[in-house]
Amino acid sequence: MEIIIFKLAIILSILIFLISRLYQIYWVYLVQIIIIAVSSLWAIQCLFISDSSFEIPLMTFMGSPLLIVIDKLSAFFILVINFTMMTGSIYAKGYLKPYLENKSKLEMAFHLFNLLWLHISMLFVVMFRDALSFLIIWEIMSLSSFFLVIFENDKKETIKIGIKYLIQMHIGVVFILLAFIIAAVQSGSEFSFDGLSVYFASHNPFFIFLLFFMGFGIKAGFIPLHSWLPHAHPAAPSHVSGIMSGVMIKLGIYGILRVLTYIHHDLFYIGLFILVISLISGLIGVSMAIVQHDVKKLLAYHSIENIGIIGIGIGLGVIGIAVKIPILAVLGFAGGILHILNHSLFKSLLFFTAGSVYKQTHTRNIEDLGGLIKKMPKTAIFFLLGALAISGLPPFNGFISEFLIYSGMFKSLQVGDLFTDIVLLFSFTGLAIIGGLAVFCFTKVFSIIFLGNPRTEKVEHATEISSSMFIPYYMIGFMIIAIGLAPVIFIQPIGAIVNIFVGNTSAIEQVIPTLNNISISSAIFIVMIGILFFLRALQQKNQTIKQQATWGCAYKGANAGLHQYTATSYADNFGQLAKQLVNVKKDFKEFGKEEIFPEKREFETHSSDIFENNLITKPSDFVIKWFEKLAVFQTGKIQHYLLYSLVFLIVVFLLTFLNWI
Amino acid sequence: MLSIIFIIISAIFIPGVIAKIKSKIGGRRMPSVFQPLFDIIRLFKKGAIYSPTTSIIFKIAPIIYFSSVLMAAFFVPMAGQQGLLSFDVDFVFFAYLLALGKFMMIISAMDTGSGFEGMGANREALYSMLVEPAFFVLVGTLALFTQNSSFQDLYVNLHTSTQLSIIIGIAALYVITYISMVENSRMPIDDPKTHLELTMVHEVMILDNSGFDLAIIHIASWLKFAIYGTIISNFVVQSSWPIYIQIVSYLLIQMGYASTIGILESFSARNKMGKNPQWIIMLSAIAVVTFLTTLIITQKIILN
Repeated sequence: MEIIIFKLAIILSILIFLISRLYQIYWVYLVQIIIIAVSSLWAIQCLFISDSSFEIPLMTFMGSPLLIVIDKLSAFFILVINFTMMTGSIYAKGYLKPYLENKSKLEMAFHLFNLLWLHISMLFVVMFRDALSFLIIWEIMSLSSFFLVIFENDKKETIKIGIKYLIQMHIGVVFILLAFIIAAVQSGSEFSFDGLSVYFASHNPFFIFLLFFMGFGIKAGFIPLHSWLPHAHPAAPSHVSGIMSGVMIKLGIYGILRVLTYIHHDLFYIGLFILVISLISGLIGVSMAIVQHDVKKLLAYHSIENIGIIGIGIGLGVIGIAVKIPILAVLGFAGGILHILNHSLFKSLLFFTAGSVYKQTHTRNIEDLGGLIKKMPKTAIFFLLGALAISGLPPFNGFISEFLIYSGMFKSLQVGDLFTDIVLLFSFTGLAIIGGLAVFCFTKVFSIIFLGNPRTEKVEHATEISSSMFIPYYMIGFMIIAIGLAPVIFIQPIGAIVNIFVGNTSAIEQVIPTLNNISISSAIFIVMIGILFFLRALQQKNQTIKQQATWGCAYKGANAGLHQYTATSYADNFGQLAKQLVNVKKDFKEFGKEEIFPEKREFETHSSDIFENNLITKPSDFVIKWFEKLAVFQTGKIQHYLLYSLVFLIVVFLLTFLNWI
Repeated sequence: MLSIIFIIISAIFIPGVIAKIKSKIGGRRMPSVFQPLFDIIRLFKKGAIYSPTTSIIFKIAPIIYFSSVLMAAFFVPMAGQQGLLSFDVDFVFFAYLLALGKFMMIISAMDTGSGFEGMGANREALYSMLVEPAFFVLVGTLALFTQNSSFQDLYVNLHTSTQLSIIIGIAALYVITYISMVENSRMPIDDPKTHLELTMVHEVMILDNSGFDLAIIHIASWLKFAIYGTIISNFVVQSSWPIYIQIVSYLLIQMGYASTIGILESFSARNKMGKNPQWIIMLSAIAVVTFLTTLIITQKIILN
């Protein structure tokens, strides 16, 4: 029954091209409500009610029945996808309003059609087990997100970025395809995920895992496979960036997790590999984020950082299984998986609020902003909420997942052997540095955008966004606080998912009293803040409260906007420390000696991604350079081309004559 | 319960003792030990001035900062006495709670739109980020050494395990003392008595706070002193001692801690601003060495 409704919804999605421009978004809602209702029903059934996974035949595909299989891991991802798609679409209505004027009906319909298909394809990605249909739907997901990214196709830069994204996604597919083929051929098993178990049972899993990791890692954005991410997110419209960063890149993680479910031996080096890559991603991601001025690029680098945190959890979990420390395995996986949900929440919230700022000020450069909290107070508060949550501070959700990972690490220090302990030392030091840097970065970005005085007149005309765009803020904000204050409710289903990887999940039961204590402590903390507010109000009731300008050494001629700390100066002392890593270049003209009356001059700073430079830009420039040299043969004269064929024929003749081929 | 009472008692005395020591060494007449307390009481009787540039952030930040520090004090045990709140891996909550307070103070300083305060906020953000790993490696060392993972158990078992705990204890004591200097913005990271806004760190961040807000910010920094003093005293005071000896030695160590700060600040000059990051990273390095030493002691590294 549900499957028919589900199929009907998929067919309905095509009809969007017939709807008039103003009502298209409502059509999207209609289709999405059906999809979300049906798939969430399945997911909830699987996660909370039944104990086993279930299969539903979808259709006949190339002569064999195509099944959708939902186990607890798929169910979790279905719920995450549905929630973020729901908030994303609600936000899209307000965000797309200004575009209605200059985009044609077809363009709008195509954009929303792709939005729907991104949703549908993401759901199928987590539900298909057959390799061929998985790859096809994975491809549809990449394509629809590509079309979503190039929405503002009047900008040449956007198209270029979109194509770059598409190419990298295809390189990813090649790795995944290769991995499936090698596994299927070498073990003679079926061409599907389930076929992998046959291969892994008899072979060393590392090589095939590495191929899968490269393929899925490009989607997830692990460093050094991340270079599409900081470009695609800023180019895409904000609801798309929120969705892409919130859930789409997590499907790379899903792929890795799915492959891990089939591997049962030789896990130590796989775990170590994931952990090392993740630590690097976390540290470099957040360091690069600090030196960005484009708010969406900054958030994109934070996605890399958070993928790193998720990977640290998963990597430690895998190591935990390998060295037989159940508490590390369970809490590592639990922290990693909970962080997938958490990151989908606060990252989409941050992208939506940043998008609202962009919509109202038409700039993504944070150096042009400032003082927006007075113009857009609600957006500012929700941005702050997202910033606190992503920095992993209590009492919000980011803290809970990081706490689980920390607790797994500290509790297994005692039982680990030497090598494990050293690994743990690096991990918690790394995680602590990542946490500190995230605080550094988000104090910067929040202060520069929302606090102080406006830096340019772009801020002057900004107003608060329309009320429909607040709905996703409230929905996500509620979830962030709910997970932060009552983590116990969420840890039980997470435990069931962890059970797929680790047989014995009793550690989840052990951590529950601790989480309860955290809830109590957070509650006390909030009550304490409330009491202090009351006390201050009481104290200030009979006192005079005055307004006076900020202290500036009694100098009143300062330009309030310009004489403030900027994002560049805030990031500078960190940039000095991590010079090699963040690669900040300063562009300016030095003063000449004879220059008595200096002219007006400019100062610019850029940072460039060393991985992108060395792995993508430089090699491709090199190839292009040589290909250009080959162009001497393309003379445009027919005689030359005839000569080439003659030479070719002679060479072939000689080669056969001399028996060389 | 006992621990929080004593943390509050010592918080009242510590700033007075520091001031007394400094004036004694500087050859000035000494103010009463209670002078800082009188200053606070005076602040509580005053109104407040807010800059028109500031927003709601500036008003909520001091309260959240104060609450975070007071809340953190609840977790700190005192010798054998459990903290008010205690659970597994509570030191992570402790550290992140303090980070939340710092986050709020940093953005509140940025909220004033002053270049000076931005500078201070920026330095504070950098230093507290750099000191974070040192703290975590240190508690990791203790967790490894004592086979436990809550604040309370770390200390109780530190003393009861082996004689070798002295080695770990001394190194840990050194690191935690200097972490406390960074966290409390004292020498050699920051000079609280400097007169120039450009060279301040913590003081410049609260230039625009007044009245009630300033009072609770001051109390919060006293509490922070007392918290770190308590953590330090735990390395020495043992839970097996009779309770009155515990209390006396605890108070003595707290006073000794305050006097050390006073003496240090009277005789030493502070680091060059540019050298501070290196200096703080050094603390993490020492903590890592302690960790490796612990691996040897627990016979995970076998030397022969």
